Amino acid sequence: MYIVLLVLKNALRHKLRTILTIVGIVVAITAFGLLRTIVDAWYAGANASSSARLVTRNAVSLVFSMPLTYEQKIRQVPGVASVALANWFGGVYVSERNFFPQFAISAPAYLDMYPEFILTPEERKAFLADRTGAIAGRKLADQYGWKIGDQIPLRGTIFPGTWTFTLRGIYDGADKGTDQSTFFFHWDYLNETMKKQFPRRADQTGVFVVQLKDPQQAAEVSEAIDATFKNSLAETLTETEKAFQLGFVAMTEAILLAIQAVSFVVIVIIMAVMANTMAMTARERYGEYATLKALGFGKGFVALMIFAESFAIALAGGAAAVALTFPLARAFADAMGSLFPIFFVSEDTVIMQLGAAILVGFVAACVPAWKAARVRIVDGLRAVA
Amino acid sequence: MKTGIRAELRADASRAPDTTKIESSPGFPLVAIRALSKYYVRGEQVIPVLIDIDLDVYAGDFVALMGPSGSGKSTLLNMIAGIDKPSSGELKIGGVDIVSLGDADLAAWRAANVGFIFQFYNLMPVLTAYQNIELPLMLTSLSRFERRERVETALALVGLTDRQEHYPNELSGGQEQRVAIARALITDPMLIVADEPTGDLDRVTAGEILALLDRLNRELGKTIIMVTHDPKAAEAAHRVVHLEKGVLVD
Repeated sequence: MYIVLLVLKNALRHKLRTILTIVGIVVAITAFGLLRTIVDAWYAGANASSSARLVTRNAVSLVFSMPLTYEQKIRQVPGVASVALANWFGGVYVSERNFFPQFAISAPAYLDMYPEFILTPEERKAFLADRTGAIAGRKLADQYGWKIGDQIPLRGTIFPGTWTFTLRGIYDGADKGTDQSTFFFHWDYLNETMKKQFPRRADQTGVFVVQLKDPQQAAEVSEAIDATFKNSLAETLTETEKAFQLGFVAMTEAILLAIQAVSFVVIVIIMAVMANTMAMTARERYGEYATLKALGFGKGFVALMIFAESFAIALAGGAAAVALTFPLARAFADAMGSLFPIFFVSEDTVIMQLGAAILVGFVAACVPAWKAARVRIVDGLRAVA
Repeated sequence: MKTGIRAELRADASRAPDTTKIESSPGFPLVAIRALSKYYVRGEQVIPVLIDIDLDVYAGDFVALMGPSGSGKSTLLNMIAGIDKPSSGELKIGGVDIVSLGDADLAAWRAANVGFIFQFYNLMPVLTAYQNIELPLMLTSLSRFERRERVETALALVGLTDRQEHYPNELSGGQEQRVAIARALITDPMLIVADEPTGDLDRVTAGEILALLDRLNRELGKTIIMVTHDPKAAEAAHRVVHLEKGVLVD
């Protein structure tokens, strides 16, 4: 208790210096937390993916579609439980700035494969019954103030014309890692319209989502599906949903690496600042440490006091930074709109932030504690004189 | 009252689980220094600070070490106090060869046997007078209640009961030195070393501090070794030892 008192009083001795150091730690660790959260958001799609689902796409590029007839053949591949269609729509809601992902899906197969999208039975029934019906994630609906029954017009960019959907359901995520910013409507509606307007583009889909009977068989089933369509006009590339999502992440890997590097550089910088503070603090108190040693306190006690003070300052900054990261992350997510569908501060990030604070406290105290422990009593006492 | 204070300090000290407490044997010096030398080596140059010192200080003595600056008196005091080591020679306190003690043992020995009084008081600025006096007791196993009793006794002895909650920067130089004296006394050490205890004080306050040291010596039987420049301060001692250029001159 006495040591705690001494440490706290020492930490607050130069209030301005301590406050400025804590502010520096708060800024650095908050920045670290936000940057880690951005990186997490990038990987959120991959992390939320199921190991029991595969995605089959055109082997040449995702831009090219595949014939609907593949569905039946994929269904016959051993190990496949069910197949659903999904097509990127790429429509514009009111203005180009209002970006959010839209997919034409073959409900109910698709919804059955994604139990993490939670709809009430009434909403699900209403959606399935309405050919022009749509469902949207809670975050998306809240962002635009949509209510059930609202007419939502989308201007097609890949599929020309203005498409008007009736919102029949708002889904919630099973957990906070579930994307709640996507808009789904019926693939049949898209396909029937294509049949009327552009018959050559009908009966095509962007991807097949495959539900596996056994996730352990992902590799074998993927190979079997791709082998089925070898040497056809549209060869396929089948991969796990996670690998499919990571393919998108890989396109921006350099940016991610830069963000990760910056997040760690920030910690190294604050480590240097904190080390300087602790070095100054210890140097000013050599006389006091010498007095303590003369009174019979050991080297370990002196080192412990410096470590404890360093940890106290670093953890105060770390705790404040963690507390600040949550509202800042929320504000950042709001400002970004649907750019990051899943954006939240994870437990891992909080642990890393606190770990960074402890590391900063430890590293900053090492040299001053070592020097103070080694300083000869007579030299320290001379410093007082 | 005087006997009461001594009894209280002694009784509490006996409760501390310290096994390193020295005791004086009748007829034997408390401090026995034989052929003690200290020198520093800078490159190829050897700088002698103390040369072949022989000195005995008996329990209950009050010795003043005098000499010009650089004569080695503070170095000798530091060695007696166990915060510096000689280059050669023998130094026994209460029969204990403190030169042979390791750092940790020497720290424990100092905590149990030596009370320090410094020229600039060396109080912890973030602690109150009470907490500064209590500080050395943190190395004992005394309970909080026992510590309180001892600190209050020491505060009464130095006449600062009403200033116990004051921080060093709220005290005068004389009061700070009284707090330092109470801190030196709190573990009931046999030996008190004082390095220029009046060097930073005016004449009147210095007189009060010397009177207090004299009380500690006479009433509590403390052995005091004091370094001073001031002949007036040296008059308070029973015996004056002069050092010149590292050599004991009388």
